[in-house]
Amino acid sequence: MTLAFNAALCALILAAALATILGRGIFRSIMFFIVYGLLMAVAWVRLDVVDVALAEAAIGAGLTGVLFLAAFGRLVREGAEAEPPRRINPPAAVACVGLTAALTWAWFSLPIPERPGPQLAEALPRAGVENPVTAVLLNFRAWDTLLESIVLLAALIGLWMLTREDDWRNRLGLPQHVRPGGVMSGFGRVLPPVGLLVGVYLAYVGADRPGGAFQGGTVLAAVGLVAAMTGLVRPPRISAPGWRAVLVAGPLVFLVAGLAGALLGTNFLTLPAPVAGGAIFVIEVALLLSVAVTLTFLVLGPPEGENRR
Amino acid sequence: MTALSLFAVTGAVLIGIGFYGLIATRHFLRRVVAFNLIGSGLFLFFGATGARGGVTDPVPQALIITGIVVAFSASALGVGLVVARARLSGRAALPEEEDGA
Repeated sequence: MTLAFNAALCALILAAALATILGRGIFRSIMFFIVYGLLMAVAWVRLDVVDVALAEAAIGAGLTGVLFLAAFGRLVREGAEAEPPRRINPPAAVACVGLTAALTWAWFSLPIPERPGPQLAEALPRAGVENPVTAVLLNFRAWDTLLESIVLLAALIGLWMLTREDDWRNRLGLPQHVRPGGVMSGFGRVLPPVGLLVGVYLAYVGADRPGGAFQGGTVLAAVGLVAAMTGLVRPPRISAPGWRAVLVAGPLVFLVAGLAGALLGTNFLTLPAPVAGGAIFVIEVALLLSVAVTLTFLVLGPPEGENRR
Repeated sequence: MTALSLFAVTGAVLIGIGFYGLIATRHFLRRVVAFNLIGSGLFLFFGATGARGGVTDPVPQALIITGIVVAFSASALGVGLVVARARLSGRAALPEEEDGA
């Protein structure tokens, strides 16, 4: 029964992926990608990794889908959404089948390791949190997470650098028009309170159970997007100093905590066991805010004025 | 075939499908979508690897979460470049190959 479910799930995932690549039209491709992301989240639940499932559902399916749809809308405005006629490319297909075969061979020939490593079980009581994934993300492998938050910031700066000179002083993203009393403005009233609650809860509960700053931050980013798209709040300009401060708060607090660890006698980015729990909480709050705002701005895109063609 | 092997092979096939989309399609937005397929196929393969040996290992899980966020930021920048190119040239796809190959 479980095998049948897993097999059906994998077949659906592969079908959605194929439709993403081979389906006619970019819009269809994006739709199938969103379906694919949600199926993928179910696959992660089947693998019993709920933290990843939350991240995949929120970022992989939700936010990436919105990003692609927004980009498609912009391409339609530029008249560049049409696709040249497609032909099957046999050499590329052969190469990709070979790649899949090689990976499959690698899977069946790799030795099965001892997991998880004994060091992790030994170190976990000193992490300050109970969710082992959060312990790895914010304590044992904090380097990765620090650099990840900086990558987010770098991507946003790169995106803003694509702004046209004339648009630089405009508000982020495309100007939004919402009909008062319509479906969209209804969404804008109903969704944000629920989203705020879910996002903060996900981040807070991440210390002990599945969740965390990135999953919670993504939900908050979705709230921010709904608020911007429904005209509830107007997106800021690039030069807004307050929003810039929020963008750097997460990496900055993380960095300061890492340096404090070095000064207190442990190593850089190694949190001393007695204060680890508190330190992780502070880092998570700062990261949550920065991640939420950075993701919102990444999806909104660089500022664009009215009537551009 | 065990459940883990099933998911790992699915991941391997996804990487193949995504790679095909990346090199054989012409529209840039579809290429960014294909790039995301490669990424998530890789995560699935890696996640299945991390779950071998009975217990799920939190280290690969944390790395995958990091990977998902980084893949998203790369996609956001890529999509921004696609739109910027379309704005400048009016096109978002590679031109037809002339020799028909």
